[in-house]
Amino acid sequence: MKVAEVKNDHIRLSGVAAKMGPILAIVGVAFLGLSAALGSGEGWTTFWKSYLVGWMVGLGLCLGALFFVLLQHLTRSGWSITVRRLAEGIAKNLTWMWMLFVPILILVLKGDGAVLYQWGDTNLMEHDHMLHAKAGYLSPTFWSIRAIFYLVVWATIGKLYFKWSTAQDQDGDVKWTHKMQKWAPICMILFALTQSYAAIDWMMTLQPKWFSTMFAVYFWASCMCGFFALMILLARFMQSTGHLQKSISVEHYHDLGKWLFGIGVVFWAYIAFSQYMLIWYANLPVETNWYMARQLGGWGAISLLLLFGHFVLPFVLLITRWTKRWRSPLPIISAWLLLMFCVDIYWLVMPVVPEEAIVNAGSYNELANNITASEIGYGFSVLNFTCLIGMVALVLGGTLLNLRKCNLVATADPRLDEALHFENA
Amino acid sequence: MSDSTSQTVSRDNLFGLAAEFKDTPGIYHAAEKTRKAGYRWFDCNVPFPVHGLDRVMGVKMTILPILVFFGGLTGLIAACILQIFTNSLEIDFWALVPVVGYQFDVSGKPLLGPAAFVPVAFEMTVLFSALTAVFGTFFLNKLPMFCHPVLKHPELSRATDDRFYLVIEAKDPKFSSDEVEAFLQTLEPESVIALEK
Repeated sequence: MKVAEVKNDHIRLSGVAAKMGPILAIVGVAFLGLSAALGSGEGWTTFWKSYLVGWMVGLGLCLGALFFVLLQHLTRSGWSITVRRLAEGIAKNLTWMWMLFVPILILVLKGDGAVLYQWGDTNLMEHDHMLHAKAGYLSPTFWSIRAIFYLVVWATIGKLYFKWSTAQDQDGDVKWTHKMQKWAPICMILFALTQSYAAIDWMMTLQPKWFSTMFAVYFWASCMCGFFALMILLARFMQSTGHLQKSISVEHYHDLGKWLFGIGVVFWAYIAFSQYMLIWYANLPVETNWYMARQLGGWGAISLLLLFGHFVLPFVLLITRWTKRWRSPLPIISAWLLLMFCVDIYWLVMPVVPEEAIVNAGSYNELANNITASEIGYGFSVLNFTCLIGMVALVLGGTLLNLRKCNLVATADPRLDEALHFENA
Repeated sequence: MSDSTSQTVSRDNLFGLAAEFKDTPGIYHAAEKTRKAGYRWFDCNVPFPVHGLDRVMGVKMTILPILVFFGGLTGLIAACILQIFTNSLEIDFWALVPVVGYQFDVSGKPLLGPAAFVPVAFEMTVLFSALTAVFGTFFLNKLPMFCHPVLKHPELSRATDDRFYLVIEAKDPKFSSDEVEAFLQTLEPESVIALEK
């Protein structure tokens, strides 16, 4: 296939795919509205935690896309040109996603943050020695200023890279490529810092006494897993609705599959284990209780589900060349890993550390036998699903809406020819 | 065909016949036709990787990944056995030889602590995989071979610069010097060169 022929490869969103954007967006808003309506019945803590799970999942997918776009420019990659626009479309969601964080921001600034974050309780922060030392960093004002900074940075980068890339489609000027490459390093550094601190601020501080230097990297690896799974599914969706028949070839799926395997499965497991082993080995109560909550009661089964479902099974399935190159297995494995990504975030946010129960128990076995599901935050609520579905539907709908008025391939990218012809050795 | 190229080298001493091409489409189509003509012992000497050449030559996927997988699996199992054996084993062989592992209590951790075993198991898996990859490559490529017979010929030195050569080796079951030469001529090469062993 030649570069000139790409124009005829159905590079404009049409048919079912064009109609699904608004529908998914409406479904997303409806589900979030439904969640808010159900919130009073199910309890506001459950609502806000479910909302946070949904938010982190939706955000993680977009942040993964933003990282991918920046990385392609940073390394001047040629292979990815035919799929890069799809990632730019996902990343552009960051221009409006800040709106979904505003409710949490208002909650914290209003002084009701304790519903979601323990550090929102000013009384606790004053009287607990360890938390008192952290009070400056975890004050609602400073926390909110940081959050706004992250959201502004992401929205700006997501918007600019989409704008520059589509501007090149119009005039075909190579200066846009140079511009995107020039800004990639600084944007990447900003991304690394904001993404890390966001993971710490929004999820790690759910248990304010706990800390892990691996946590930010862990969240990044999780995001990459979710993003590449989504990316493969989106590319398959585009092709099955009649778009990009020849531009995206089995070679692109193979490479995306390698990313999914390398970062989303192996690196994720590597980081998850590195975090676990150091805490297990040092055996400090302030650190181990985070894992203790995740092995008590029903959480133990979810932890094992992550070990086998997020690592062992996909590792075995994706290690061979042919599963990454064959049409059906890769999207099926991707759909499974996307689900595992949601379970992963759920597992990070939901468990509660029953500090009093731990202190009062004579032994581990006594604690494990007497603990109740509600004490460790275990138990499914309909809100877990409505919030998650709402957020994911909004991200998918937003992506399709972003891609509605542009080419689905960066048709004027100087490396397009390379992307059309490359082969995996 | 007394004046043919292949006659310049005696039959017993012939390594193969090389056809010279000046561009990638030339070698690409030549390789395709050579495979379709039923030749199996042939190779292409090119100055840079030519996309799709492996495919039209009918080169099969290497079995190296499978070897590496089982190499890694061996390392993983060896590491697990080693650690379980040395840490916590306590058995009598036929009630004659009592064997006891180093049952050290390290900061209250269990003797069979899976988390502690993972780093060693991981490293051993990597080590065995890497060694299998390196030595498997040597074995599959028949290394060490200091000089491939084709590279002895100064006529083919432009294979490192701007020419493409297709060599059909004499050990091909279908090889007959006259026929092969006639076949190579149909590929419209720049020249046909006979190669000594």
